[in-house]
Order: sequence, then C-alpha cells, then structure tokens
Amino acid sequence: MTMRAEEIIYPTEAGLYCAPGDFHIDPLRPVPRALVTHGHSDHARPGHGAVMATRQTLDIMAIRYGEDFTASRQIAGGPTQIGDVTVSFHPAGHVLGSAQILITPDRGKAKGAPRILISGDYCRTPNPCCAPWEPVACDVFITEATFGLPVFRHPDPLAEAGRLIASMAEFPERPHLVGTYALGKAQRVIALARAAGHHGPIAIHGALKRLCDYHIEQGIDLGPLVSATDPGEAQLVLAPPSAFASPWVQRFRDPVLSYASGWMTVRARARQRGVELPLVISDHVDWPQLTRTIRELSPEEVWITHGTEDGLMRWCELEGIPARPLRLIGYEDEPE
Amino acid sequence: MKDFARLIERLAFTPGRNAKLTILSHYFQTTPDPDRGYALAVLTGGLNLRQVSPSLLKRLAAERVDAQLFRLSYDFVGDLAETIALLWPGETLENSEVSVTEAVRLLRETGKLALPGIITDLLDRLTPSERLAFLKLPTGNLRVGVSARLARTALAMGTLRSVDEIEEIWHGLTPPYAPLFVWLRGGPAPAVFEAPFRPVMLSTPVTPEELSAFDPADYLAEWKWDGIRVQAVTEGDNRRLYSRTGEEIGASFPEIIEAMSFQGAVDGELLIRRGDQVAPFSDLQKRLGRKQVSARMLQSHPATLRLYDLLIWQGEDLRPLPLDARRERLETASFYSDRIDLSPLLPFQSWNDLAGLRAAPHAPVIEGVMIKRRDSPYLAGRPRGPWFKWKRDPMVVDAVLLYAQAGHGKRSGFYSDFTFGLWEDADLVPVGKAYFGFTDEELRDLDRFVRKHTTQRFGPVRQLAPELVVEVAFEGLNPSPRHKSGLAMRFPRISRIRWDKPASEADRLQTLREML
Ligand SMILES: [Zn+2]
Repeated sequence: MTMRAEEIIYPTEAGLYCAPGDFHIDPLRPVPRALVTHGHSDHARPGHGAVMATRQTLDIMAIRYGEDFTASRQIAGGPTQIGDVTVSFHPAGHVLGSAQILITPDRGKAKGAPRILISGDYCRTPNPCCAPWEPVACDVFITEATFGLPVFRHPDPLAEAGRLIASMAEFPERPHLVGTYALGKAQRVIALARAAGHHGPIAIHGALKRLCDYHIEQGIDLGPLVSATDPGEAQLVLAPPSAFASPWVQRFRDPVLSYASGWMTVRARARQRGVELPLVISDHVDWPQLTRTIRELSPEEVWITHGTEDGLMRWCELEGIPARPLRLIGYEDEPE
Repeated sequence: MKDFARLIERLAFTPGRNAKLTILSHYFQTTPDPDRGYALAVLTGGLNLRQVSPSLLKRLAAERVDAQLFRLSYDFVGDLAETIALLWPGETLENSEVSVTEAVRLLRETGKLALPGIITDLLDRLTPSERLAFLKLPTGNLRVGVSARLARTALAMGTLRSVDEIEEIWHGLTPPYAPLFVWLRGGPAPAVFEAPFRPVMLSTPVTPEELSAFDPADYLAEWKWDGIRVQAVTEGDNRRLYSRTGEEIGASFPEIIEAMSFQGAVDGELLIRRGDQVAPFSDLQKRLGRKQVSARMLQSHPATLRLYDLLIWQGEDLRPLPLDARRERLETASFYSDRIDLSPLLPFQSWNDLAGLRAAPHAPVIEGVMIKRRDSPYLAGRPRGPWFKWKRDPMVVDAVLLYAQAGHGKRSGFYSDFTFGLWEDADLVPVGKAYFGFTDEELRDLDRFVRKHTTQRFGPVRQLAPELVVEVAFEGLNPSPRHKSGLAMRFPRISRIRWDKPASEADRLQTLREML
C-alpha cells in the first residue's frame, strides 16, 4: 500500500509532524524528538527531548539557550534512518548552519511513497556567511513564502551595502546604526560592508557579540569588530532593532537609523520604523527566486508553511501546480 | 524625473520638519520652471490629471501581472502607485531622462486612446523609484510626511514673502505657478482671485491640569459641535464655501450658498439641523462629496451654518482684532437667513463650571467645549495656546480582537485594521472596528500577534485566535440596526493593549448596551 504525503507528514499543534519517523520538524513547543532546520528562535526552541540538526545549528542553539537546551543532541551527517523514514540535511543558504530536510519513506514499508523536502527558510543569493542553497529533488516541496508577492524583488545586496557606505561618506559626522537580527543578518551586513570597501572597525551591540564570535570561529572573516559601548572611531554600528527603541540609542549623537530587511522594499514599512536609510537585504528568497525554485524542482505538490501564502497559492494555480497552505501558526513572517 | 524621484525618496525617509524644509527649499531654488511648479502641485495636491484614473492604472498593471496577484500585492503595499512601481515586470530598457514637465504634458495632452500606450511605454523606460515618482503625478498622495502648508512654508524660505502671504493668494493659482515664482522673487502679485479662502485658525487639545494654570476670565467658551468646520466667503457676487483645508464644497450645499447674502468671510460649523434639532454627524456625511443634491435630500437633510468667528466683514479685515471685538461684531451682524445662526457662548466662572457643562451637554452632537482666549487675534495654523479644545472623556470597553486586515497608507503592509468583539453568553459578537489609537511600536506588536495567531483567512481578512484583549475608547454610541450587535460606536480606537488580560475577562455586550 502506498502512503500518501498527507499521512507521512502533517501539521499538529506542536508544528509539522512526521508520523512514520515519530518526530517533529521545527516544533513550536517541547516534543520528544525534534529535527531543526536552523537556529532562528522561531524554528529552534529549547526544551525538546532530542534534537537533530547540523553541527552549527546545534552550536547556535547551545549559545542561545545554554548547553542543556535539550536532553540529547544528534549531529546531522549523511542520510539517517529514523523509524520508517530516512532523513538527510542539505544547505539552505539562509543563515550559518541552515538546512533543508529531505524525508524519504522506507521503500519496503511504503513503496512509491513521495520524497518530501522541508525547505525551512532559504535564500539563493550568494552569502559569504553560509553554504549556498542546493537543489534537492523531491515530490512534495514544503516551502516558506515570506516574500510571496511579485512586489518583492530584492536588489543586489552588494549595491545596498554600497548605499550604506555612500551615506557614511555623505554624513561623516553621523554614526550609522543598522538594525539587524543577531543570527545571520548581522554577520551578513558586516560581510557586505567589507565587500563594499569598508575596512575600518565596526561596532556591535552586546546582543550580537556571541554569534559574531561564533561566525569568526567558523572561519568567516568579519574584519575588526569593537563593542558599541566603546565604539571609538567606528562610524558603523550594528544592533538588534529592539535597541533602537531603548535608551541605549541615546548614546549616539544624531545617528542615521538604518534597517536591513526584505520588508524595506515597501516604503510604508520603512517609514513606520522611522528608518532614514532602509536597506533591502534579505536572507529569504524573493519572488523571482521563489517561483524559479518551484519551477526548477518541479515537484508534484507544493505545501506552504508560512508567509504570504495567498500570493504563492495563486501563482501555483496559474502554473497548474497543486498547492496547499499548511497555515502553521507560530512562525514569524520576518524571522530574519 | 530623476530629481523628483530623489526628492520624494529623501522626503519619505528624512525625519523631522526642519530637515524636510531644507530639502524642499533646496529643490525649489535649484529646479528650473516649470518642473518645480509641477512638483509643487503634486506636493500640494493641486495637479489635476483626472484622465489618468486609478482604474486605468490598475487595468494597465493587470495586463502585465495576474489580476489576483496584483490585488494581493496592492492589499499588502497599500499604495497604488507604489504597488505598480514595484511589480512592473521586466528590466528597465533605456533609462533616458523624462522630465516632470514632459510627463505631465504627455499625460495631459495625449488622447484617451493613445494614453494607455504612453503610460506603459514610460513605465518600461523608468527605474523603479522613477516609476513611483511618475505614477504619483496622477495619483497624488505622496505619503512623504509633507503637508501642503509645509510645502508652501519651504517655498517661502529665502524669498521676500511669508507663508501666510502665499496662502492668501494661493487659491487663485494654477500649476505650474510661473507668476507665483516671479512674485516670490519680488515681481508683481499674481491676478486677484475673488472670495478666496483664508487659512483657518486651529485649536490644540488641553487637559484640566493645563487649564488650571489659566485665569478663566481671560477666556470664552463655546460648544464643540460635531459637524465640519467651514469658511463661507462672499465677495461681490462670488460666494464660496470652503472646507477647513480650503477645498470648495459649495456644490454640495446649495442652500448654504443661497443663504450667504452678506459681504465677508465667516468661520463656523456646518451641521444638519431640523428645526432646533441638530442631527448626528452621520446625517451630514450623507451630504458630503455630492456633486448634485436632490430636492428630496435638501428637504430631508437640511444644512445650516453655525458661526463662531468673523474674519472679513464688509471689506474690512477683522483678523488682527482681539476675539472679543470680533465676537461683538459677529453678534451685531445681520445674516438675513434662518440657515445661519450663532454658536452661543457658555456661561462659566470657573473651570469647574465648564467641566460640569462639558460633562452633560444638552445635545448628543456636542463633542466637548472650545476655549478661546478673549484677546487672541485670528492666526493662521495651529498656534499653541490661544484656542483649546477640551473634548468629552471617551467611554471605554475591554474587547477581544477577532479579525485583522492590512492597512493602507502609513500603515500599509501591517495588520492595522481590527474588528473586535464582546461576549454574549459563550460567543464573541463583533461590535466595531478600530484603525488607530496605538503607537507605532504597538502596531508592530499587534502585527506580529496577527501573523502568529491567524486561524483562517477570507481574502485579505485574517481571523484571529480570540486571545488578545484591547481597551477600546470611543466618543459616543448610537443604536444601529445595521450592526449585528445593534450598536455603533463613534470614533472607536484602541487606547490600550491588554496583553495581561485573559480574553474571558473582556467586557460583555450587555455592558455596552447599558452605556447607551
Ligand atoms: Zn529563519
């Protein structure tokens, strides 16, 4: 008897559940066994019985939640048998350690059962901070749709970094404060600023330090970094966006507030945040990448986890690809 | 278009009034005629390219992008010009410069049949930010945080004229305003416009604590009527009725125009009044924005003017006089019509007296009281101090958020339009919608809540898990058979988010009924 994809994997209160393997993927609440795509806090949560993820994702979880974030850890190596399925991890190009998870049901027990790929969050724009996204053949493609509307066409991130550097040259007296999330975006913006020709020290908020250190340990060159509490000559300062609303920001005189996110495409979003220099830099696929990926993988079915799924649903309908939304509650649309 | 695109991008992202003024003034001083004049017209909402309608633009976009994807995108972005600018497909081919003037002329002078082709051709030639600037010419509404007054203030900077002088003559001018720019440099005044609009004087809100610092004897008080503020001007044979922002609305109120058999400019409230009974604002709303008014509407919803100030009388400018003196002239003036009456003064000795009146107004269409300094001249704009509005305290209920929809304009892309409900037995009954009241930071929190707690979708509307309690403040309550709850709130807004309060402890519908 052939198992249908809906019987192999389906949404539950705790998140996506794989029945024949008896595990959850990126669960939203504590479960006995979790497979985690990447270290962003809405995907990687503490308190599970066992966690399987890439070595870097496990390291990042330990940095964020402490060494006891789970009872037992398993590093994703090659294809691994769990229950009646085989799982394998493949680079997603989203943040350091991020992976797509492929689930292949055992042929013996479920002959002809579909291969299911869970993309997690992914991005196809080259990123010096992580391994590039790899295409993985699958029958059911479970994708995010954070930027699932044709208005999202992210520009070349290096050109965006160029705008940042140009603004720093135009206003040499003003510190430039860029809002970035601690995992991925911060290091990406630093690497982009370096590539755009900024070689001086960059100041980072304390909340970014441990993950920047970890990237450096992993061999990613971020250049000279200093603490934002004592920025010295550093004109470029990175901080989590929440710091902008706190008294922390008052130490900087007449700063240029900037924010690096795919949402900055939409002016009202940028204005809403009081951002003076919006930078459209994203760790997610934009609309052309998203639709191109589905065309290239050519799966039999597309399932959409979170984001602007209505847009992607409509596109799949126009392309004649069966698609359905999973409506997982709990993932942020902007987990960058 | 490059300079204009850069101008609106800089304005959009430069916080602070002074920085915006600098950018604008620099633009006006360095941009040649007539480009700057057309830019000024877009900034002040005066560029009329009606042949390029929003529906035409939507149709053109739908030829390039699936209509449903377009609609979803528009719902998300919230601004038509920006949506089209962002999703217009294809690479920019040859990005040759198209000046603002050229674009305006093309849009204005091209015949109906050729217009769609001209617009798509231009969109293909422009970069995304230029596309936005170009599409803003016909759609207006720049959303860059620049009011018409701010634009005119920037215009006055570094010239021989003040912004008030500009506003005095503004209503006779048309884009691209060549005579205006000549006059700003000391040239002759542009031709006079009959019965012009005079910039109005606005009030600021006040609290009882602030009031206690002032001597009540220095102030007059009136009811704050819940109509719309208007200025009625008759000069010679010209009669014009203006909204508070200087828009002519006389065509919607012919009976008022007919009654304006005086010579002067008066300031007052436009109301629907049947005999002595002033009707609620919703009645007045039925009359607004109509090009033509049926005889039946004139009969069923008769408009009247309730005056509180006199700006010009029999050719004499009274604005420099103290309010006391203007009020005296107002009370002795004859308007020869029962459609025009005076807003009475309120008797009070102390702020406590006034608080008592404010707490129990005799008519439901009173929003509070206005407090005006007796010695205040009539000043344009919103000077802080001489005039206060002291609104009635709002009513509040704790309600549960039920549905959310993405907002438009400033809030576009965020879930900012909320439907909330109150308990009736075990059900939550929707009782109203609120779009504002929260801070920008709270908006982001609410948006995140919506994205994380969506249980179902109906087109652009998200149904929410009924978990979040908000305090809703509102100004009044009317019975309404159109609403499921049987009640309609006036100006509901989210005054507080009660993250701390469980949904089960939100108010019951019965509580709201009892407030009626
Ligand atoms: Zn992520």
